[in-house]
Amino acid sequence: MRVYALHAGLIVLLFALHFLLPAYHHGNLARVMVLASYAIGYNILFGYTGLLSLGHALFFAAGLYGMGLGIQHLGLAPAPAFLLGLVAGAVVSGGLALLALRTSGVAFMIVTLMFAQAGYLTLLYFGTYTRGDEGFVIAQASRALWGIDLSDPGNRYLAALILFGTCLLLSLWLVRTPFGRVLVAIRENEERVRMLGYDTFAHKLAAMVISGTIAAAAGAGYGLLFGYAGATFASVQYSIFPLLWVLLGGAGTVLGPFVGTLFMFYLIDLSSGITTAYMLIAGVVLVALTLFAPQGLMGEVRRRLWKGLP
Amino acid sequence: MLLSTRGLSKQFVGLRAVDSVDFDLPEGEIRALIGPNGAGKTTLVGMISGRIAPSAGRVIFDGRDVTALPAHRRIALGMAYTFQITSVFARLSVAENVALAARRRLKGSAVGSAVEAALDRVGLLPRAGQEAGDLAYGHQRLLEIAMGLAQRPRLLILDEPTQGLAEGEIEAFKTLVREVAQESTILLIEHNMRVVMELANRITVLNFGAVLAEGTPAEIHLNAEVQAAYLGGVSDAAAG
Ligand SMILES: Nc1ncnc2c1ncn2[C@@H]1O[C@H](COP(=O)(O)OP(=O)(O)OP(=O)(O)O)[C@@H](O)[C@H]1O
Ligand SMILES: [Mg+2]
Repeated sequence: MRVYALHAGLIVLLFALHFLLPAYHHGNLARVMVLASYAIGYNILFGYTGLLSLGHALFFAAGLYGMGLGIQHLGLAPAPAFLLGLVAGAVVSGGLALLALRTSGVAFMIVTLMFAQAGYLTLLYFGTYTRGDEGFVIAQASRALWGIDLSDPGNRYLAALILFGTCLLLSLWLVRTPFGRVLVAIRENEERVRMLGYDTFAHKLAAMVISGTIAAAAGAGYGLLFGYAGATFASVQYSIFPLLWVLLGGAGTVLGPFVGTLFMFYLIDLSSGITTAYMLIAGVVLVALTLFAPQGLMGEVRRRLWKGLP
Repeated sequence: MLLSTRGLSKQFVGLRAVDSVDFDLPEGEIRALIGPNGAGKTTLVGMISGRIAPSAGRVIFDGRDVTALPAHRRIALGMAYTFQITSVFARLSVAENVALAARRRLKGSAVGSAVEAALDRVGLLPRAGQEAGDLAYGHQRLLEIAMGLAQRPRLLILDEPTQGLAEGEIEAFKTLVREVAQESTILLIEHNMRVVMELANRITVLNFGAVLAEGTPAEIHLNAEVQAAYLGGVSDAAAG
């Protein structure tokens, strides 16, 4: 009960902030919520199942381009375009899972990295449609969902909140189901899980598809809300970001992805206001955090204050 | 016959760990599998449970050839395997360890009562909320057994379950095995000869990967070959 109160409380707080925040932070938070949804997806695979992927940008981009190309070239309305993004994410993550899950550990990292890189190059190769690195703008006119203009900052914030809230509650629910418990057990000791009679391959496959589809939802949402799709979102950098966010916020905690994304966003935002060497400041803080809170911020909260935190 | 193997073999690089073993275990029996260190006991039950792929031979469980089935399918058919090297989920609670074992066959509130029952049987109920990694070694062995019990297996394979248990805990373990044997067939790898002699209906002796002898505890006790190959060495080990 306390658990649901905490997570619902965050959503209520974010809703209240919609009315309270000045425009600048209001816009930032909308972006953070979408990126945190991406991190939530990543956390399912990395934090709960224990599989370190370096290729999640591929899933984010599958959602982004599934949606964006659907609008741009198929003339879809936003809702079916968003769905197309989700389907693209599910198909791509399922396909990659079938290949990559034959490996584990470092090999899994390399295989996911390589396929994501291949996806990135594919986007560049089909530049006629994707406009490559330069990307394309999704026109304001085609971003009206059921008559609601998603480019309006207020609508955008609320749409981001709905996306984020859905992902958050979904992951909270998921990790507490018997299925989610098996994922955690796989993270802890896969061999033992198999010898308890569970099909660990099937569980990991499902985890990767769920993780990839949530990442794709974030990608599709990002394109719809901010009106732009570019190949940068498929680059290695965007595979590393969710890993950093989740590590900072606390891998294997439901709130960690949001906390980590928010923290990193404002860390870079604030330090770049002080000095041009902002990456240095950000780097130092990150190193300090990994030294003093190796399990991430929410991981520390769990360790010191609340053992049962999901 | 609940379990049979035919010509079951495992070849490691330069070593035949299990050599063409024909083994039969009728339903309802407590069977002990003994033999010197490195005789191939763990490898043999590993091939039976599907953890280790055989180099040759077949495994038949409940009248069905399961050689081609992956481990999780065999477990689902009613085998349970407890590890020789303790392999619990160290960072999860004791109760969650057992719940993972129980949830494969149960749902909802039935899981909780099955967990409680299994923990109670091995005497770990007061520690249900603790992290498994914080348990003493002997208690982790008991937790392994509780995880086996929670699966309600038709065949329970125990690989040196009493290793690291205190004298009093071994007594409780013997009582427990006799109870469990009412419902399950038990294949017990064990070095403690007192436990073997008291519990087993029959004993299979493995030496250099091959079956050296098989019989009742009394027969095995009198078998000169077994004495020479094994028992002399082990009573020293048990004493030490
Ligand atoms: N994965 C492996 N690779 C190579 N050799 C192995 C492997 N596993 C076991 N062996 C060898 O196979 C032989 C049989 O090992 P096994 O563990 O089955 O013996 P055991 O009868 O269970 O011994 P113990 O009583 O010490 O547990 C040993 O010589 C062991 O060193
Ligand atoms: Mg052994």
